Amino acid sequence: MASIDELKTIAHQVRRDIVRMVHGAQSGHPGGSLGCADYLVALYFEVMKLKSPVFEMDGKNEDIFFLSNGHISPVWYSVLARKGYFDVPELSTFRKIDSRLQGHPATAEHTPGVRIASGSLGQGLSAAIGAALAKKLNKDPHLIYSLHGDGELEEGQIWEAAMFAAAKKVDNLIATVDVNGQQIDGSTEDVLSLGDLHAKWQAFGWEVLSMDGNNMDEVVKTLKNAASYIGKGKPIVILMKTEMGAGVDYMMGSHKWHGIAPNDELLQKALDQLPETIGDY
Amino acid sequence: MKKYTFTEQKDTRSGFGVGLLELGRKNPNVVGLTADLAGSLKMNEFEKEFPDRFFQVGIAEANMMGIAAGLTIGGKIPFTGTFANFSTGRVYDQIRQSIAYSNKNVKICASHAGLTLGEDGATHQILEDLGMMKMLPNMTVICPSDYNETKAATIAIADHVGPVYLRFGRPAWPVFNADEPFIIGKAKLMQEGSDVTIIATGHLVWKAIEAAEVLNEKGIYAEVINIHTIKPLDVDAILRSVKKTGCVVTAEEHMRNGGLGDSVAQVLAMHHPSPQEYVAVNDTFGESGKPLDLLKKYGLDTPDIVNAVEKVMKRK
Repeated sequence: MASIDELKTIAHQVRRDIVRMVHGAQSGHPGGSLGCADYLVALYFEVMKLKSPVFEMDGKNEDIFFLSNGHISPVWYSVLARKGYFDVPELSTFRKIDSRLQGHPATAEHTPGVRIASGSLGQGLSAAIGAALAKKLNKDPHLIYSLHGDGELEEGQIWEAAMFAAAKKVDNLIATVDVNGQQIDGSTEDVLSLGDLHAKWQAFGWEVLSMDGNNMDEVVKTLKNAASYIGKGKPIVILMKTEMGAGVDYMMGSHKWHGIAPNDELLQKALDQLPETIGDY
Repeated sequence: MKKYTFTEQKDTRSGFGVGLLELGRKNPNVVGLTADLAGSLKMNEFEKEFPDRFFQVGIAEANMMGIAAGLTIGGKIPFTGTFANFSTGRVYDQIRQSIAYSNKNVKICASHAGLTLGEDGATHQILEDLGMMKMLPNMTVICPSDYNETKAATIAIADHVGPVYLRFGRPAWPVFNADEPFIIGKAKLMQEGSDVTIIATGHLVWKAIEAAEVLNEKGIYAEVINIHTIKPLDVDAILRSVKKTGCVVTAEEHMRNGGLGDSVAQVLAMHHPSPQEYVAVNDTFGESGKPLDLLKKYGLDTPDIVNAVEKVMKRK
């Protein structure tokens, strides 16, 4: 059991990793990565039952996580490395040639922790449902977690999957939507209004929870509370309010830092706000 | 010359249904999925016998492909069943990312391919699927020619680890292959000959056999090769035959662009340049009609293969 302070310390370093990785590659998606740092740290370091550092593709007898919005790979890679799935210095290879840390997560290079490619949006919920069905067939009581962007909900496949999971009572799945209100071309409100997400998921038959995704205490409590709804005939979704770019002041409050890298000067400005905690790679 | 006869006509999709049921009984990891076409794909018996291992996804093919990919992670061997059109073009990106690039052990089983779908018309008569699927790295592409071969192929692909596209069809069709095990990637020599090599796949293998008989009466000895596996292609079998005959006709119920013919042309261009004629649909959509009438109208019938042989032999 990690304390909330310990989790915050890890999340702080993960944010630092994200900015350095994206700067190192001079490409990547820092905004959503920073916003989801607290959630992924809570999940991997406190909530999920894992065999780490051992990685097995079949994920039998452990919880499984799917990143559907694959462009926020920096935060996932940092958390996987910090959890011991691979060496932390490997983070410096992100988006570079001959690396296992592809721009979007992939299995072709056998990256530990990654079970399916993602990046083309809208596909991860279906994969998570498939893995959840396999767990039921295998009589494995462990859970499936998945993360999706709010902009990603514009993809039709998400709603095909949402309808299926409720109709077929896939109740060993906890999906989370990163509601940061931003996507590449602008705010979700301007690009394609998502309407009342709570009402939408509820109408699709899901158990709907909400949390502030940048409040570690609340993230841990909500994720643990979500597990209490497992096995009750309904899939579970958490609408997670986050701030895109959380932790770096000039990246917050806009869609601008969805998918661009900071220059040397802005890197330094970001790192000044994120002092090293558990050691840089 | 080897004489082919048939005592019955059966649809290849029924071969799939029977093969799937047999697999279900011997391998508990085999699971089935359909997007509201269990009956058309002949998956009902599997569904009845293994209700817990069968997933009715509804009319949502993209979701079906993703669920299938996810099921493999837990060690399952999913067989998805829908029409070929909805198994490929409709879900190409899902297959590309979640199945092919991720190298997932999904068996994409596709019925009602090609013109012989018949009356439903061009919206459903996909003629581009083999091309789309063979371009995907990691994907094995199989197009059997009759009921027995489809049944055997269905059973064989469960033992192959990796994504597979299995294409079959709707019409009752002569059953001429022996009931024997299917070997992925190994071409079948149906007829030995010395003057021309006819390389066919799917329903047109039977048409190629008929054409060889017509040609034989004209004193032309055609070798007939059944390429049931489009990818990986049996390059050795093709070259062995072409080195003997010196010219090729390819025959397929598919678009000329990107089909079996283009795969064979690539082999010839790289290893043994030789004249080739295509029997395939030439850059047009199909239409409603009876299967055999459509094959005739679109130039995929026995006389079309005979004509192509006579044409290619003049180019030797």
